[in-house]
Amino acid sequence: MLDIFLGCLLIAAAIFNLIAAIGLLRLPDVYTRMHAASKAGTFGSGLMLVTIAIHAGEINIASRALAGVAFFLLTAPISAHLLARAAYVAGIEPWSGTVRDDLKGHYKDKQGHLSSDEE
Amino acid sequence: MTPQEFFELSIYISFGLTIIAFLFTILRLILGTTLADRILSLDMLVTLGIGFIAIFTLHTGFYAYLDMAIALGLVGFLATVAFARLLMHRGETNDTPAGDKLEDIEDGDGTQEVKTNGETN
Repeated sequence: MLDIFLGCLLIAAAIFNLIAAIGLLRLPDVYTRMHAASKAGTFGSGLMLVTIAIHAGEINIASRALAGVAFFLLTAPISAHLLARAAYVAGIEPWSGTVRDDLKGHYKDKQGHLSSDEE
Repeated sequence: MTPQEFFELSIYISFGLTIIAFLFTILRLILGTTLADRILSLDMLVTLGIGFIAIFTLHTGFYAYLDMAIALGLVGFLATVAFARLLMHRGETNDTPAGDKLEDIEDGDGTQEVKTNGETN
């Protein structure tokens, strides 16, 4: 019974990874691609590590796997945010169909100094 | 089909789906119109590699591979941070030749020094 549950969990995780890769290939610009890769991809790989943690059944292996999951959940948003900000500062334009861009015109120079409306 | 057989079959299915995901990511790495797309593809390759190692750990039952996945995650995070800083300070948008933008970068460095001096004073 546990094996059936773990098998379904593993296939679900692999499908999440595949959806992330399809999104990376199909979405129109780097910001929307980042949305696919950093959320679905991290969740897929994290779910695989959770599968290991349940399958092992030993506390030392399960703790290592869950520590890995916690580490990925901490670092994935940081790297995605850093990359999105770097891309915006570098001047990569969002997709032409983008509805809203709150940062438009706020990055005056290329070094990432953010200016406000009051200046 | 016994539960054990189903679990082994699910491992093979997961291998197949992850390999397809690898192919899509590599295709974006080749096609990627901007540098940021390629950096994002490399980040995604690291994430998929962690998942692949996790499936391989379940396949072999040799749990020492799990440490490899954690180490790969750490190295991948640092690589993405370094690439993002490169992208920010390179200041380029598209795949234009580097010589065309050289003056802009030098001007940008000059304004940065002025700005940081002003902030510290």
